[in-house]
Amino acid sequence: MTEIVAMPAGAVTSEAEKRGQPVWRLLLGRPTFDVGVAILLFWIICAIFGESIAPHNPLAQQLLGTNKPPSAQHWFGTDSLGRDVLSRVITGSRSILIIAPLATLLGTVLGTALGLALGYLRGIVDTVVSRVVEAVLALPAIIIIFLFVVALGVSTLNQVLIIGFIFTPLIARTVRSAVQVEGQLDYVPAARLLGERSGRMMFVEILPNVLPTVLVEFTVRLGYAIFAVATLAFLGFGVQVSTPNWGTDISASYVLLGAGYWWETLFPALAIASLIIGINLVADSIEQVLAG
Amino acid sequence: MTETAPSPAPGPATAPPDAVLVEHMDVSYRVRGQDRRALRDVSFRIGRNESYGLVGESGSGKSTVALALTRYLPRNGRVSAGSIRIAGRDPLAMNAAELRDLRAHAVSMVYQEPGKALNPAIRVGNQVAEVYEVAGLSRAEALERAEAMLGKVQISDPRRVTQRYPHELSGGMAQRVVIAMAIAAEPSLLILDEPTTALDATVEAEVLDLIAGLRAELDTSLLFISHNLAVIAKMCDRVGVLYAGELIEEGPARQVFDEPRHPYTVGLLRCIPRQGQRKDHGRLDAIPGFLPTPGHSQPGCIFAPRCPIAEERCRDEAPPAFDVGVGRSSRCYLHDSVAALPRNTPADVQLPAPPSDAGPIVTLRNVSKTFSSRGEEARALVGVNLDIERGETLGLVGESGSGKTTLARALLGLTPPDAGAAIELDGKPLGGDLRKRSGTQLKALQIVFQNPDSALNRRHTVRRLIARPLAKLAGLSGRALDERLADLVRSVRMEPRHLPLRPRQLSGGLKQRVAIARAFGGGPRVVVLDEPTSALDVSVQAAILNLLADLQAKEQVTYLFISHDLGLVRYLSDRIAVLYLGRIMELGPAERVFSGPHHPYTEALLSAVPSLDGQRTDRIKLSGEIPSATNPPTGCVFHTRCPRRLASGICEVAEPPLAEVEPGHLMSCHIPIDQLTNLQSKARMP
Repeated sequence: MTEIVAMPAGAVTSEAEKRGQPVWRLLLGRPTFDVGVAILLFWIICAIFGESIAPHNPLAQQLLGTNKPPSAQHWFGTDSLGRDVLSRVITGSRSILIIAPLATLLGTVLGTALGLALGYLRGIVDTVVSRVVEAVLALPAIIIIFLFVVALGVSTLNQVLIIGFIFTPLIARTVRSAVQVEGQLDYVPAARLLGERSGRMMFVEILPNVLPTVLVEFTVRLGYAIFAVATLAFLGFGVQVSTPNWGTDISASYVLLGAGYWWETLFPALAIASLIIGINLVADSIEQVLAG
Repeated sequence: MTETAPSPAPGPATAPPDAVLVEHMDVSYRVRGQDRRALRDVSFRIGRNESYGLVGESGSGKSTVALALTRYLPRNGRVSAGSIRIAGRDPLAMNAAELRDLRAHAVSMVYQEPGKALNPAIRVGNQVAEVYEVAGLSRAEALERAEAMLGKVQISDPRRVTQRYPHELSGGMAQRVVIAMAIAAEPSLLILDEPTTALDATVEAEVLDLIAGLRAELDTSLLFISHNLAVIAKMCDRVGVLYAGELIEEGPARQVFDEPRHPYTVGLLRCIPRQGQRKDHGRLDAIPGFLPTPGHSQPGCIFAPRCPIAEERCRDEAPPAFDVGVGRSSRCYLHDSVAALPRNTPADVQLPAPPSDAGPIVTLRNVSKTFSSRGEEARALVGVNLDIERGETLGLVGESGSGKTTLARALLGLTPPDAGAAIELDGKPLGGDLRKRSGTQLKALQIVFQNPDSALNRRHTVRRLIARPLAKLAGLSGRALDERLADLVRSVRMEPRHLPLRPRQLSGGLKQRVAIARAFGGGPRVVVLDEPTSALDVSVQAAILNLLADLQAKEQVTYLFISHDLGLVRYLSDRIAVLYLGRIMELGPAERVFSGPHHPYTEALLSAVPSLDGQRTDRIKLSGEIPSATNPPTGCVFHTRCPRRLASGICEVAEPPLAEVEPGHLMSCHIPIDQLTNLQSKARMP
């Protein structure tokens, strides 16, 4: 006999049953999550140790060996300056993996704080800010990001700030509605009756309960951020043109597609795609586990 | 049907088979690779046109029985042993087409939540008509039959209702529609799974009357599943009591409830306040311990760990079903001695100090609350004047929508009342919004909510939940806090090992104890109890009520007790206020309000409650449902439903004042008290 009643026999849904387990164990049990994490880890290792892993110096030009198709020596071929595409793909993840997570983190932190305030305090500020958010949502985020980058310059810091600020209202909107759902529960008035102040209400009482939403939002936005950073680089707004960068490389080589030099575009493009897919796999499994 | 189908029905071959015959059925759910048995060796029979009740607490397997009968078990569930026959046919052996035919024509189900049983995107008429279309009628004909069927379930103006969407219906109406759909196919078996649990008492009474009426009219057997013993007593010929997946007692309903032969049934019946029992007459008896976890594999009697008279053999070997009378069985070796079952809870009580004469602790004057949305104003409370005496329990009753919760929230400062209201605590004015209240005032007023799942922050541990008011309101810290915490945990009968757990790891009763501990942590003067036991099982409910009564005696607190369960209100309350459409209809000492003369609305509420004791009061029926607060009736707001409305027409035009009809007993009614006394004593006489 035990005081911990697991569940009524009627509640046979596996989710309810599984909730007793720690979230990370549920996640690791999902193949989609494992594959996603493996892809992410691969690119993170490449970003950190790229130079040591790469078979060639990604910056070394071979003017005699330009635009060579994939071969035993250059698995992914060489580009128009004779640089090894495989080495550039391996080392080209670095700027994306710095800018995108930082920007997403910034947007998530600010957006969560804003969403908590809007959802809990409500009132006129909520109405006004929500309209502004809807206006921002009406434009594709990438266009706004592009406009600001053009206006303010392409430094790493600028990209982080701009993408982070653009994400803020988007994340705030999602968090706000999660907070409003929480506001319907009785623990909120119960805490108010203990005389808790708004700050504590938001960050100690409500925030822990909306964290799953925040986590899902972070992973989903991270995918967008990678896409945005790569797009900026492709459009010529990448940071430090001399270092390998998938977006910049695609931008430099896609005009040569017509000449049949497909490997110079394909492999960096696949790299971007794999990274985004990896993140989406992780995001999907987190969402399923936390929502299910 | 295939020709080879066996005919397992007992008795002479010419007799029609039983509506349901279940023999030695086991059902198990496969959870994480392991089979967990949800039902064990369940056997019962429902004769033709018989009404069979299944009672049990949550987790006892009631709904699993219903699901197994219709083969609606979830994918991980299966009938692992035994046999089922529905009108002689075996649903377990059916192929998809036969099963569809069974569900379409032979068996219908009605669930607890009518809102979930109806498709929100399809008009009511079309949904009911679908049943007839499946049966092969043309669309026009089906629609016509649907309308007739809605009339049959006593929906007034069925033509208009056919055009409505489910969300436009009240809960009672929606359940009628579901019942209409269920009986449209003229099933031989109707399964009702807690059909009235989500409804108000007055609506419940109407729906139960409807079901009883239809039963007489139709050729249908009933399987009625409920946790409410009184409802089963009212509706069923025979009853089976389920406990942890086993049918522990069975027999004619009246006999089982009057003279139970299994310790669990005895305990369950003692958990319910009956025949006007009140807290000062003695505590309710509670069943100690907890339901075994699903999939338990304990030898011996399933109830032995909680049974006060269990012997050696009870723990060693599971008792068979003993024959204890005509059509009665009990799975208890000691079925002859259960009547002398000792109480688990001492009957003697610590009486609270009599309310002092120091004046009311809370006074509410002219408290109104108007909610406006889209230009429409709903008056949830209208000029409520109420005193709450020191140390008393004031019961607040009324149907949902009567303003009970709004009144409590206004008192607590969660819903500031309209301008002009005056709420005082100890003679000092309280701010309408709790942010305007002082620390002492905050501390003085606390609440225990209905649903602990919602009221406890699910990310916080029990320790954190209970310690917070001690730190925040009582200003304790360090050693002092730990000591008070341990004290508080003991006084709600929890143990230190519960402290590191989170709410989801606790049973419903334990969660509610945590909520109670939190409410008492700051040393409150007035605690609002908003349906504190309605989310709990009967056996747990008794323990919580006892705890609340004990705490009141110990801490000298005042209770504002909100409940729709009049038996509980009578048990716990000293005075009772009856609310209707935001107005107090009657206010007085509990005994006076219950014994009468009472307001016609109170009379209707009381007569709507099914009684376990088999006294059939000549019910005065309320027609329709509570009117909308956006457009309340003129004159006396109750006149549209009042069975005792005066012929003079005064009820329609003038609102009666809340006047004292005898010392301490106030009523808002045009009918003179003497006349009311006459009318009501006449109604009670058969």
